[in-house]
Amino acid sequence: MLAKRIIPCLDIRDGQTVKGVNFVNIVNVGDPVELGKFYAEQGADELVFLDITATHEGRKTFVELVKRIAQNLDIPFTVGGGISEIRDAEALLAAGADKISINSSAVRNPNLIDDLVRNFGSQFVVVAIDAREANNHWTVTVNGGRIPTDKELYSWAKEAEDRGAGEILFTSMNHDGTKNGFANKELAKLSEILTIPLIASGGAGSMEHFADVFTLGKADAGLAASIFHFREIAIPDLKHYLRTKDIVIR
Amino acid sequence: MNIVVIKYNAGNIRSVDFALQRIGISATITDDKDEIRNADRVIFPGVGEAATTMQFLKQHKLDTLICDLKQPVLGVCLGLQLMCSHSEEGDTTCLGIFPEKVKKFVPQAGDLSHCKIPHMGWNSLSELKNPLFEGLSEADYFYFVHSYYATTGADTAATCTYLNPFSAALQRDNFYATQFHPEKSGSAGSKLLSNFINLKF
Repeated sequence: MLAKRIIPCLDIRDGQTVKGVNFVNIVNVGDPVELGKFYAEQGADELVFLDITATHEGRKTFVELVKRIAQNLDIPFTVGGGISEIRDAEALLAAGADKISINSSAVRNPNLIDDLVRNFGSQFVVVAIDAREANNHWTVTVNGGRIPTDKELYSWAKEAEDRGAGEILFTSMNHDGTKNGFANKELAKLSEILTIPLIASGGAGSMEHFADVFTLGKADAGLAASIFHFREIAIPDLKHYLRTKDIVIR
Repeated sequence: MNIVVIKYNAGNIRSVDFALQRIGISATITDDKDEIRNADRVIFPGVGEAATTMQFLKQHKLDTLICDLKQPVLGVCLGLQLMCSHSEEGDTTCLGIFPEKVKKFVPQAGDLSHCKIPHMGWNSLSELKNPLFEGLSEADYFYFVHSYYATTGADTAATCTYLNPFSAALQRDNFYATQFHPEKSGSAGSKLLSNFINLKF
């Protein structure tokens, strides 16, 4: 049976792991390679490394980091942040990344999805969508949730799939950081309309939330950051718990 | 021991090299025909599209070279598919080392939440029956990413089921292949790579 995936997400700035808590008070939670290896040994099924560095120098540091990650990790990993053209993706693929994730750049230029898929294949391209709900309408946002766009969650997710994306990573900005659980209703709806795998993000606060995201949310993978970085949930405990709930876990 | 990874226009050659380094093996990545012929072990990785990749292999005369190899050869992912007889992807005639055919996963109506394509993630195997799987069992998981699969038959060395049973691994004579990515499959994958390197041949 195909196992549900547990994916820790690491934010990287200038080659270091950071986790934004309410977008302020950024706390250093270690070296990305060491932390990545630690998670892999703990049983993480995949890792996501998001580069939140804005500078050109920082980008080069990140590509070097990706190479070190690829050398040291024996599980797949996705890298994202600042990918807006084929050249960016090419550098990351050459460094050893298994997949790239694009977000704001895909919203601004949807053809980027088609271009990346044509050059590197669907399996390499994850489209990340940050969306916020107001009055029963899910608006796609960019720049870390700060800027609303004219796109709507479900139609944009379907469009990304039609353009060839291999996976959708959906973050509910209403749930992100709350630790009250994932956006299961919306995830279940997405899972129903999509034929590609769906990664759920935003809201994980307890082990029950992961059970819910796989059963109620019908997600293929659950992603979280701070609860893992601050050791609030240990991955071996989480996997043991999910097995007791009859969820297929590696 | 001289381990060669065939260099061609595939995406994941570097990952295979890194995985070998992690188990203490330094491989040569090359498209030099003599180096490939003279290697003790040959790894044929692959991520990409079947038709264009087959075309590339033919243009560089790597197709006949691979088929004529006598030492243990390990095909990975698209490598496995290209070692079969035919692929539905681009209606491609493949190398024909294995008689199996490569077909596209077709989602079944009414079961949408369970049949995402590509088959992406960690899956377990059944009927593991090959020295490649020495020390590995049905309890181990391997990492898959693919939308096409090889049918099962006499050469099937391990079966995986996703929508339908398919060949997770194949073996005939000196040719071995896995649909999953051992280079990305944690300690189980490292074990399989070691088993391949250590095959008694």
